[in-house]
Amino acid sequence: MEYEKTGVLECSDLDLPSPEALKRGVAVSECIQDIPCNPCVDACPFQAIKMKNLTDIPRIDYDTCTGCGKCVEVCPGLALFVIKIGDSQSQVTFPYEFLPLPRRGDSVHVLDRWGKVRGEGKVARVKKINGGALITVEVEKDLAMEVRNIGII
Amino acid sequence: MRIQSHPILTFPREKKITFLFDGKKITGFKEDSIASAIHATGISTFSHSLRYNRPRGFFCGIGKCSSCLMQVNGIPNVRTCITPIHEGMTVQTQKQTGSHPTAPFKPTTKKKRHIHIAIVGAGPAGLSAGMEAAKQGAHVLLVDENPRLGGQLIKQTHRFFGSKEEQAGTRGIYIAEELYHQINHTKKIDLLLNTTVIGYYKQKNTHTLIALKRLKSGEELFEIHCDKIIFACGARENMLSFPGNDLPGVYGAGGVQTLMNVYGIKPGSTVLMVGAGNVGLIVSYQLLQAGVHVCRVVEALPTIGGYHVHAAKVRRCNIPIYTSMSIKEAVGTEKVTGAVTMRLTKDLCPVKNSEETISCDTICLAVGLTPSTELLMQTGAQMTYLSLAGGYVAVHNQDMETTQGGIYVAGDLANIEEASTAMLEGKIAGLAAVRSLGYRETVDEKLAECCKRLEGLRQGSFGKFPREAKRQIQKEWSK
Repeated sequence: MEYEKTGVLECSDLDLPSPEALKRGVAVSECIQDIPCNPCVDACPFQAIKMKNLTDIPRIDYDTCTGCGKCVEVCPGLALFVIKIGDSQSQVTFPYEFLPLPRRGDSVHVLDRWGKVRGEGKVARVKKINGGALITVEVEKDLAMEVRNIGII
Repeated sequence: MRIQSHPILTFPREKKITFLFDGKKITGFKEDSIASAIHATGISTFSHSLRYNRPRGFFCGIGKCSSCLMQVNGIPNVRTCITPIHEGMTVQTQKQTGSHPTAPFKPTTKKKRHIHIAIVGAGPAGLSAGMEAAKQGAHVLLVDENPRLGGQLIKQTHRFFGSKEEQAGTRGIYIAEELYHQINHTKKIDLLLNTTVIGYYKQKNTHTLIALKRLKSGEELFEIHCDKIIFACGARENMLSFPGNDLPGVYGAGGVQTLMNVYGIKPGSTVLMVGAGNVGLIVSYQLLQAGVHVCRVVEALPTIGGYHVHAAKVRRCNIPIYTSMSIKEAVGTEKVTGAVTMRLTKDLCPVKNSEETISCDTICLAVGLTPSTELLMQTGAQMTYLSLAGGYVAVHNQDMETTQGGIYVAGDLANIEEASTAMLEGKIAGLAAVRSLGYRETVDEKLAECCKRLEGLRQGSFGKFPREAKRQIQKEWSK
């Protein structure tokens, strides 16, 4: 697999939610290997993440997922995101463990899985968690499945 | 060089301490080791090689190499990376093996200790073993040569994988804090920190360890008599062979982690990371969190060895990872000023004319670990060489008991793995040791549960090597 060489996933490597689910806003998992880990299953208040064995890949039931982001907060691999695709703008929520933290309303660079700047976005929400924060950034609609990080301007 | 702000860690830095280094005053903080305080001032040469007088710098940071040996208050060959600083102490770089102490030798009386279970190494495996044994009523003595408990847990700022029982989702540093808390509230556990076990002797029915505790002034000798011993001495970092690999500025990845996350000091400003296993990837990310630039991560194998999720964290910060690439040589005379990388074929042969010279002041080696079994070998326990396990490991059974009755092993010393499995192996060793002392209540049930959880953590493709290593160790045991 190409990602084993590059460390970068393509959308084709992922099990993506339906356009309707993405419109509502749901968790998207980029955890694609059989590593022994399941805190997301315990963290979900709606039991929307399923796993039989510890090394199973988490499967999200998009009908049950509300996009609350609890799983994003606990994921040790920082591999869960909440994606909400709107009519013109989309929102991407991800964990951010760097300083300085951005503030709500700040304009930031939006970065893709390669770390390349794909434009600017606006910080819609900053929720401080134990060591870092969950950041929600508003990006151009088409960038929702690309943007996975920010750079402070 | 000191980290001023960090997203996860805080560094107290309340009390300043001044000491003399080669005749000059150096001020560090109460939490510093001699080596960290010196490094923080920008000094990179800590010692010189014996034959060619080449400069050597900070490498492992946990007392497992010889790069930082200095003369401290007249005593030569002191591992300055694990020696705390004290006001007014005199530290000197030494010529070769150092000179004889000038202070008159003060004979010390041996302090004798009698204990049920002695545990050598208070990292994740040793602490878990101690807690489990003490819970069952055994009297435990934990010995560790570092000034702090916790082994390598104290620098793990990332959240742990695993399940709820293994405290998955919790950062390693907080797991360490929780373990201190438990240990401090357990009367059945005694601690000897700053203490190195220097010998093992077998008595008729007991085992004896000789240990040396380093005090602010002088040393204290201990003779520890115990019924059972658990060795949980961890591992040391591997070196990679290339010209200039001994230059100051070439660090073990664990050494960099210690410097950054324990002492709050940056190793340099631009890092070349060698190795894209989990350690190389995690430390690269932690360097970025500390505000240090990582210019690239190179991996000799054709694919990234660590978890994809760790690689993805580094990549989305615009840090390139090059597979089928390694370091050819370090550039620099007194310290690292750059490196030459080269491409490799899938058979790990250099590709002609693929060299690239890059500018960096730090080369970080994340090329595996070797179990620290030197002390364990003194017990006469049967050892076996397994490259899968990282080197020589003790042949042991499912209870973690070696071929020497009453001697147990746990953690990286028993097979290079990771902290969650080390904690479980520690629990198993602690419980099995207690059971053989005659405390039988509920132990069997707990042991079975730990074995089951351990098996769970070793499932899947990433568990393939540890599973195979343990299978081969079991096979040796059955012989």
